[in-house]
Amino acid sequence: MTENMIEVAGLEKSFGPLAVLRGVDFAVERGTIFALLGSNGAGKTTVVKILATLLRADAGLASVAGFDVARDAAHVRESVSLTGQFAAVDEILTGRENLVLVAKLRHLAHPGDVADRLLERFGLTDAGSRRAASYSGGMRRRLDIAMSLIGDPPVIFLDEPTTGLDPEARLEVWGTVKQLAGGGTTVLLTTQYLDEAEQLADRIAILHEGRIIQNGTLAELTQLLPAAKVEYVEKRPTLEDVFLSLVGAKD
Amino acid sequence: MNHFFSDTATLTGRSLKHVTRSLDTIITTALMPIAFLLLFVYVFGGAISTGTGISYVDYLMPGILLITVATGVSYTAFRLFLDLKGGLFERFQSMPIARSSVLWSHVLTSLVANFVSIVVVMLVGVLIGFRSGAGVGAWLGVAGILLLFTLSLTWIAVIPGLTATSPDGASAFSYPLIFLPFISSAFVPTASMPGPVRWFAEYQPVTSIVDTIRALFAGAAVGGSIWVALGWMVGILVAAYVGAMVVYRRRLA
Repeated sequence: MTENMIEVAGLEKSFGPLAVLRGVDFAVERGTIFALLGSNGAGKTTVVKILATLLRADAGLASVAGFDVARDAAHVRESVSLTGQFAAVDEILTGRENLVLVAKLRHLAHPGDVADRLLERFGLTDAGSRRAASYSGGMRRRLDIAMSLIGDPPVIFLDEPTTGLDPEARLEVWGTVKQLAGGGTTVLLTTQYLDEAEQLADRIAILHEGRIIQNGTLAELTQLLPAAKVEYVEKRPTLEDVFLSLVGAKD
Repeated sequence: MNHFFSDTATLTGRSLKHVTRSLDTIITTALMPIAFLLLFVYVFGGAISTGTGISYVDYLMPGILLITVATGVSYTAFRLFLDLKGGLFERFQSMPIARSSVLWSHVLTSLVANFVSIVVVMLVGVLIGFRSGAGVGAWLGVAGILLLFTLSLTWIAVIPGLTATSPDGASAFSYPLIFLPFISSAFVPTASMPGPVRWFAEYQPVTSIVDTIRALFAGAAVGGSIWVALGWMVGILVAAYVGAMVVYRRRLA
């Protein structure tokens, strides 16, 4: 039984004379990871902002968890969590205080316990009492994602979650995202990295000049090009392999 | 809206931690008014004749308090700007909370932070000889006027906080507010000014507010100036609030 948690049809949005979205259509099934792939300025963030009720579309329909984003914004906000392009953590607060803050705003019963559990799950227990300003990029992103998980929203938007992260932190984030989808959360991911979409997504849509120009599974997309040729090439480790083995990253 | 009060309390608690963890913002808010206070009492004050029969520090205090608030609200714009720039504003706006509590928490924090700065400046004033024979009622009147004044300037500060593209731009709006008291009855009687300047000084909001606070401190009758002062402050408050709401809605369009 499949059910769409996100449905977008004919979405249009202009900023002044600039038409950013010119009729975007896609749907995301429950519990899957959907990647919106596109270069900078393709309109990925605009799509996410409309779905997160931060922007109003000029035309078209968008719904999340069955609620229309324009007419039923309050219900949409109860069903989603947004992890924006920049890790939106409060730098003056400690990691734990950031989590407690979000738990309180979600009106949960024991915000302190919720915070402690998430600190442990994201390997931030030792750093929990330090101000977020002192965190590395990867730690900030982990805290940011942990904040998004509070209240177990069924839909999570991750807007370029690994932009600006080092390779290790990137793998950490990938692990977290896979875990989420494994737990039944629906993930809409935007990225400009092809390998990220390839690694994570059940379905990939390519957003180009305000429209979705392709939408399918990785296998479907690769079939668009002529069948694979068999070539013999020397298998050399990539620089990423070298880097990761030198710094001793796990996985 | 059913969570408005609890959400506002939660977010105000967060914003107040920004104030208590960067006490330098309280100190720098109080520093400039204190510098003006010392400069005018000990350097220029001797040459100024107020013709009122009260000591110059008593004459000066109301204007210095208004300058304190004008300096303090620039931090409100700055903190709001940082929330927008860092993505926290969007994070809060995409959560199931009473959305307006995000702005109100900054406004309430501004009231608390400015209150502390005002107390610090007043204490320095008392140290160098400020005295008031005002009764409880008059003190409550002064507190009420300063509260209303802070509230109006804070809602003005929300506008650059929401629209600025740089931290400097977010706080620059406060410079004219800081200098407005100089062209008013705050430092010298308006009667000593030449025609057009005098006209401006007498009809701009600061003079009526300063005259009212000065009368309350002196335990004298406030006369009609209190109604002019209240009219200005309520008018500015309403206009700034409406302006801030327009800017705020436009961000979500």
